[in-house]
Amino acid sequence: MKILVCISVVQDTTTKITFTDNDTQFNKAGVQFIVNPYDELAVTRALEIAEANNGTVTIVHVGEADSEPSIRKALSMGANEAIRINANPIDAQFVAEEIAKIATGYDLILTGRESIDYNGGAVCGLLGAMLNIPSINVVTKIDYDGGLFTFDRDIDGGRETVSCAGPVIASAQKDLCEPRIPNMRGIMAARTKPLQIIEASVSNQAVSYLSYTLPAAKSGVKLIDPSNAAELINILKNEVKVI
Amino acid sequence: MSIVVFAESSDNQFKKSTFEAISYAKEIGQLIGKDVIAVNISGISNGAELGKYGASKVVNCNNTDGFTADATSDLFASICKELGASVVVLSNTYVGKSVSPRVAVALNASMASNVISVPDLSNGFAVKRGVFSGKAFAIVNLNRDIKVLAITPNSFEINSNGSDCPTESINANASPSKISIKAVNKVTGKIPLTEAELVVSAGRGMKGPENWVMIEELATLIGAATACSKPVSDMGWRPHSEHVGQTGITIKPNLYIAIGISGAIQHLAGVSSSKTIVAINKDPEAPFFKSADYGIVGDAFEVLPQLIQALKN
Ligand SMILES: Cc1cc2nc3c(=O)[nH]c(=O)nc-3n(C[C@H](O)[C@H](O)[C@H](O)COP(=O)(O)OP(=O)(O)OC[C@H]3O[C@@H](n4cnc5c(N)ncnc54)[C@H](O)[C@@H]3O)c2cc1C
Ligand SMILES: Nc1ncnc2c1ncn2[C@@H]1O[C@H](COP(=O)(O)O)[C@@H](O)[C@H]1O
Repeated sequence: MKILVCISVVQDTTTKITFTDNDTQFNKAGVQFIVNPYDELAVTRALEIAEANNGTVTIVHVGEADSEPSIRKALSMGANEAIRINANPIDAQFVAEEIAKIATGYDLILTGRESIDYNGGAVCGLLGAMLNIPSINVVTKIDYDGGLFTFDRDIDGGRETVSCAGPVIASAQKDLCEPRIPNMRGIMAARTKPLQIIEASVSNQAVSYLSYTLPAAKSGVKLIDPSNAAELINILKNEVKVI
Repeated sequence: MSIVVFAESSDNQFKKSTFEAISYAKEIGQLIGKDVIAVNISGISNGAELGKYGASKVVNCNNTDGFTADATSDLFASICKELGASVVVLSNTYVGKSVSPRVAVALNASMASNVISVPDLSNGFAVKRGVFSGKAFAIVNLNRDIKVLAITPNSFEINSNGSDCPTESINANASPSKISIKAVNKVTGKIPLTEAELVVSAGRGMKGPENWVMIEELATLIGAATACSKPVSDMGWRPHSEHVGQTGITIKPNLYIAIGISGAIQHLAGVSSSKTIVAINKDPEAPFFKSADYGIVGDAFEVLPQLIQALKN
């Protein structure tokens, strides 16, 4: 069983978002970078399935050299090897096109449900279509019985169970598992695990990022006396006219 | 050439987000002088009502196989090709998120998800999309000839001053899905959180799952969906499908009422685009008050019964 896990490296969840260069670049100064939270789940479940089925886990990341600590983290969780495709990961389509070139020969490919920076939620479906394999979004459970993969996935207003033979790609959602925390042995071992670097080659970029804006700030909270909470209903009905 | 909309439905009815998508497509249609064609692959027998929202034609395709990302996307993409789609519009729902990337690949298109603006055509084809889990927006240009746009529910007004439009059936072939659906567990009659216009949400301040009776009562009285903070779903007080925030669902309702939620940055990330925000918290220093339009500094166990009573009167 060969499993490929795509990881993105994103700003820590406490980051206050700001921009530089006339609001055309995300300001990375002082920002801590982490493995995208959903991708940690994907790595963990991939490792569990690989361990139970005598398989291997390969990590792939499209990014620049400064994301190597996060790749090493995934290796220290237990992944066997990693590939870094050297490029600034501008957009989901660019990322998927780059990954598609190395993603053949795997039985299972996992991504996160979405990256918490660009929130495309798109790489899973894009890669699935590029590789011409089925894609299963937002999965909360993955099992393998020696022939078929079975997934639970979130759907609008509920959950669905589907099954499918590999190769298949799925995107990890919260509840899939508890993220594995690397131990000392894993951290030591990760230092010498193979990390292959490939240069990016996609040139026909589908989407360009032009600029960024921040949401308009709230003008200040209007407080309502707690002993007269019913006033809130009055405001929502008659002033805001929302209920 | 046309603008093609994926007309999503649920329980044999078109979704509200479909009406938004068609109204949105109609606006683009007026900008670029093209007709809007709605593609209904859900099995709803007659989609003529979609004309009201701006479709000039509805193409019905009976697809009895249910939804699978691979087959549904193939089918829809082949219809888009046949209709000469130059712009394809979907809602960024669970279904839309599964279909839009695959359709973009099949059409060799550029795609953007979380779209919240009509395209600016002054220098290309630029749209605004939500990024950083609601903490910011990006303006992106779609460089390829065909564009696939997945729009955020609740971001566009529904415009229903049109009238029924002609419909036709199409016999499109798609290869069968490699995915087999084993079981579907759907709560019917409940408003999906991502599409809800009103949301009542509660956090650890509610002390325990048994106290959600009040939250649900308030939600039912105003017709809202319910949501919760991450620790609440982590502890199993509520299903994780209700978890909103940076690592949960991002929502954009017209009204978000947060009860006993502190307002941590990761929580705000998922809800701060809501149009009106109400925070109810006993701690006057709770960060949520900085992001709220209305606030009540008070004990939820005293405030909620008053709200419920006021609504019943
Ligand atoms: C990587 C990461 C990702 C995260 N993602 C998310 C996310 O997506 N969504 C999310 O919600 N959180 C997320 N968090 C967690 C977040 O940081 C907060 O811990 C969480 O939002 C707090 O939940 P809470 O407000 O319900 O609980 P608490 O912080 O415990 O706040 C409870 C609040 O209730 C108030 N209260 C108590 N009793 C009463 C009463 N009787 N009446 C009225 N008010 C009362 C208190 O004053 C307090 O403000 C994330 C954290 C990390 C590290
Ligand atoms: N730069 C990247 N390198 C590798 N995988 C990525 C990258 N960006 C996104 N992904 C994967 O795609 C998933 C969804 O990302 P997105 O479509 O950007 O929301 C992430 O959770 C990752 O698994």
